[in-house]
Amino acid sequence: MTAMKSVRFREAIRMGMVEEMERDDRVFIVGEEVGHYQGAYKVTEGMLDKFGPKRVIDAPITESGFTGISIGAAMVGLRPIVEYMTWNFSAVAFDQILNNAAKIRQMSGGQLHVPIVLRAPNASAKQVGSQHSHAMEHFYTHVPGLKVVAPSTCADAKGLIKSAIRDDDPVLYMESETLYNLKGDVPEDPEFLVPLGKANVVREGGDVTIISWSRLVHISLQAAEQLAKEGIDAEVIDVRSLRPLDEETLVASVTKTHRAVVAYEGWPYGGVGAEIVDRIQRLAFDDLDAPIERVTTLDYPMPYNAKLEQFVIPNVERIVGAAKRVAYRSA
Amino acid sequence: MKDQDTQLGFYRQMQVIRRFEEEAARAYAQGKIGGFLHLYIGQEAIAVGTAAALNADDYLITTYRDHGHALARGTTARAAMAELFGKVTGCSKGLGGSMHFFDAEHNMLGGYGIVGGHLPLAAGTAFASKYRGDGRVTIVFFGDGAASIGDCHEAMCLAALWKLPVVFVCENNQYSMGTPLSRTLAVADVTKRAAGYGMPSDRFECESVNQVIERFGKAIKRARETSEPSLIEVLTYRHRGHSMSDPGKYRTSEEVDEYKKKDPLFVLRTHLEKAGLADKLTAADESVEQEIADAVKFADDSAEPGPELLAPTTYKGAFAR
Ligand SMILES: Cc1ncc(C[n+]2csc(CCOP(=O)(O)OP(=O)(O)O)c2C)c(N)n1
Ligand SMILES: [Mg+2]
Repeated sequence: MTAMKSVRFREAIRMGMVEEMERDDRVFIVGEEVGHYQGAYKVTEGMLDKFGPKRVIDAPITESGFTGISIGAAMVGLRPIVEYMTWNFSAVAFDQILNNAAKIRQMSGGQLHVPIVLRAPNASAKQVGSQHSHAMEHFYTHVPGLKVVAPSTCADAKGLIKSAIRDDDPVLYMESETLYNLKGDVPEDPEFLVPLGKANVVREGGDVTIISWSRLVHISLQAAEQLAKEGIDAEVIDVRSLRPLDEETLVASVTKTHRAVVAYEGWPYGGVGAEIVDRIQRLAFDDLDAPIERVTTLDYPMPYNAKLEQFVIPNVERIVGAAKRVAYRSA
Repeated sequence: MKDQDTQLGFYRQMQVIRRFEEEAARAYAQGKIGGFLHLYIGQEAIAVGTAAALNADDYLITTYRDHGHALARGTTARAAMAELFGKVTGCSKGLGGSMHFFDAEHNMLGGYGIVGGHLPLAAGTAFASKYRGDGRVTIVFFGDGAASIGDCHEAMCLAALWKLPVVFVCENNQYSMGTPLSRTLAVADVTKRAAGYGMPSDRFECESVNQVIERFGKAIKRARETSEPSLIEVLTYRHRGHSMSDPGKYRTSEEVDEYKKKDPLFVLRTHLEKAGLADKLTAADESVEQEIADAVKFADDSAEPGPELLAPTTYKGAFAR
């Protein structure tokens, strides 16, 4: 039995980073307020003391600059971790991520590569308004050359950040401010890794498959509880890795349940959810008994008002409703 | 000192902003306001001086620390408080919140949340003024922390190259969130860059509304008369943390107290008291209390925006699906 430790989500990420920085001195972290301030969301708390300012680097508000610097450093052998205060601000560095991080391996004919991790909280927080609530995975998963992961549990948070750091390509790691205080057991083993590209069945069931990631996994589990009371046995899949995508696990589940709902934050036009629906309908067409439904953020910029924000983001009720519809059991 | 009633007027305007934000902080603690709330307490003289130096049809654009600028420009305390409370009577209909005050009627063209992103917009409104020959000036504010980001540089390059009537003001409150200036800028004096852009500059520590009017006034006049942009850096101080979630542990209480002694609002009040205006100050304070209490009540009593607002504030006309 491996020893387990009960930690919060933010500590699980930190454990993973600290272990990898101890293991490999090419790894460093850069971002706004990651050092002296101990992290805007305290993810990097204590790391400056432990590793010093050479490896825990406070940067001014220069997302494009410190992303580019990190990509450059990665091209010649370092392994940077870049923290954005939130993923929203990565938009300022979008060109660096799209045109440099993602392309250098191919443009150079495979001579160079970019082993970099970009990480930050993603999607809605609480009433932070239209410019601070973006689900950025939908923009980045579109890009060949990038990998994107979004853990929902503490163990996965640790295991995936470690795999991301060890990966030789750019990995975008998406957290959620709403999960930072979540408690969970994580293996203490410094070789505990969660591989990229593997989904996790977090609840088994036979009637409908609910597919989600990050914060929405927890909402989907609540929806599954409610569905159980109404006689619908839902299977819940935590995708974890959005690119590469574990289509085998998704298809195996739908082959069993014949129905699927994809629930996530982000707008309905395109995006990861649409990609998942496309894969399932192509790979499991004969097994489907109903059109797949998506439960997304509604098709508007995020409003500030608390009730409107709740109205716009996916919730238990909408997931339950979608699950019933695909099961032809409308209330 | 200029005409005493004018000074009393400035005092009252600053006091409205101060008390507005103190009540906003209280409402935040009560859960009536959500998300981010960045207070301007300590910096009010800049907003009040700016409003006095501008013409009513000049444009103003600022950051998420926007309450003071909106109130000084003419947004009512009611509309501002209602916005914080997420009510439909707010200046952005409860859709924007603290960081996104908009008041087109008063040419307050918004508070923006992405650091630096609003600076090119200001060059753009100035571009439109020059294009139309309407004689308007744009003034835009940014923090010391924003001075490093690309959009700041690009906006200034273009404004200088195309001779746009815009005044760039760095409100240097010495900190970018928890980071002191010494750790964000290799050259502490932001106005040193002006020579490289090819625009005039000015730099001063904010002491009073009068001083802001005078110093900004020169740059505004230059923009209006010769369509030349300027870069001004005003040294100031925020008394509170970066936002409500920041306890501000990176500053000593001695430092904060030192700046509170130099607080332009406090200094002006003391000055007016000495000039024998104690009664008028008391009357002003009372009317401010009423105005703010009324604003809180108005915000409490107002209705929330409904979902029907979402589509028409996303697109004009048919929704583009
Ligand atoms: C591009 C971008 N990166 C990071 C942030 C997060 N952030 C918001 S305000 C702020 C500090 C800004 O400091 P400064 O420019 O000095 O303005 P002040 O808050 O002091 O008025 C940071 C890092 C952001 N909003 N936008
Ligand atoms: Mg500042």
